[in-house]
Amino acid sequence: MLRTESTKINLMRPLGQPALACAGYRWRENYYSHQRRGGYNIGVRIIEDFLARTNVGRCHDFRETADVISKNAFKLYLGVTPTVTNWSPAGDEFSLQLDSNPLAEFVELPDNHTGLSYSSLLCGVLRGALEMVQMAVDVRIVQDTLQGDLQTELRLRFLRRIEESMPAGEE
Amino acid sequence: MESRFTKGKSALLERAPSRARGDVSLSAFALLFSELVQYCQSRVYSVAELQGHLADLGKRVGIRVLDGLVVRERGGRRETRLLNTLLLVKVNLWRSLFGKEADKLEQANDDDRTFYVIEREPLINAFISVPRDNSSLNCAAFAGGIVEAVLVASGFPAKVTAHWHKGTTLMIRFDESVMARERFLDGR
Repeated sequence: MLRTESTKINLMRPLGQPALACAGYRWRENYYSHQRRGGYNIGVRIIEDFLARTNVGRCHDFRETADVISKNAFKLYLGVTPTVTNWSPAGDEFSLQLDSNPLAEFVELPDNHTGLSYSSLLCGVLRGALEMVQMAVDVRIVQDTLQGDLQTELRLRFLRRIEESMPAGEE
Repeated sequence: MESRFTKGKSALLERAPSRARGDVSLSAFALLFSELVQYCQSRVYSVAELQGHLADLGKRVGIRVLDGLVVRERGGRRETRLLNTLLLVKVNLWRSLFGKEADKLEQANDDDRTFYVIEREPLINAFISVPRDNSSLNCAAFAGGIVEAVLVASGFPAKVTAHWHKGTTLMIRFDESVMARERFLDGR
C-alpha cells in the first residue's frame, strides 16, 4: 500500500456499505458489531499507510492527536476535515463534527431500519488506528445526519495508554 | 420534485445532477474493498460462491451507477445499440469509476455475442494477492457484477464473468435476444 502517487478512485461513493447492511444482517446489533469489527481491521492497517504517507511524528497530548486526526487523516482518506469541538474539561474527550459524511452521502435508511447506526465503521477505524499507536480510546456516534441530525458527530474518549510489552515467550 | 417522493429525507435529491465531485483515497477504497471480500469469504465455501457474492454486490452498484452516468454523460439519452452501449461501459463507466478508460474492448473471433473488456492492471485487484491454493479467484468479479447490472438495466441482457487472461478479462456474453434485435435494427 506504499503507492506514493496520489491515485484517487471514485468507486467508493457508490460502493458505500449499503451492500453490507443488506447482505445478510437481519439484526441491527449484528450489523453494528460487524461494522465495528470491520472498521477495526481497517484501522489496524490504515495507520501504517497513514504514517508512511505523512510525516506526522509522535503526538504529545490528546489535543494534538485530535488535530492530526481531523486535519491529516480525515483529509487524506475521506477528503473532508471535521471540526474538533466540545472538549471535556479534563481534556480527555472531544467530538469530531462532520458536515458531510462521504460514507453516507447517498444513503437513506429504509423505514424498518431508521435506528441503524450506519457509520459505525468510522468508530472502528479510529479505535483500531489509535490502538496501534498505544492509545486506547472509546469512539461512539452521538449525532448522525441519517437520523435527522444536522451533522454527524463522533465522540472520542481517551481511556488509557497501552503499555508495550514483549509478546509472551520472547526475550 | 414532489416532496412525497423524497420523503424530506435527503437534500441531495434537490441538487442538480452535476458531475460527481471529489475522489476518495485509493487506500481507503482498497481497505474497504478488502473488508468486503473478507465479509463475503466468511460466509461461503467455494471460490465460485465467493465470486458470485462479489458479483451480486457489484450489481447493486451497477444499477445505481447507470442512471447518474446516463444523465451526466449522455444528456439523459439511453443507448439503444450494442456497440454504443459497450463503449459507454468501456469509456464512460470506467472513467467515472476508475478515472481511466478500460484498456481494451474486443469481440470474440468465433462468437459474435461474446465480448471482452480487458484490463492489464485493474485498480480493484491492485492490492490483492491471490492465495496459491485458489488461484482462480479474481476479485474483479465485483467489476463484472457492475458491468452486468449496467448492461441488463440498459436493456441488453448479458452474463459477465471475470477471468485471468492478459491481466483481467471480463467476458460479456449477450443474450440471443440482443443479437436478434441488433440484426433487425441493422436490416432496417
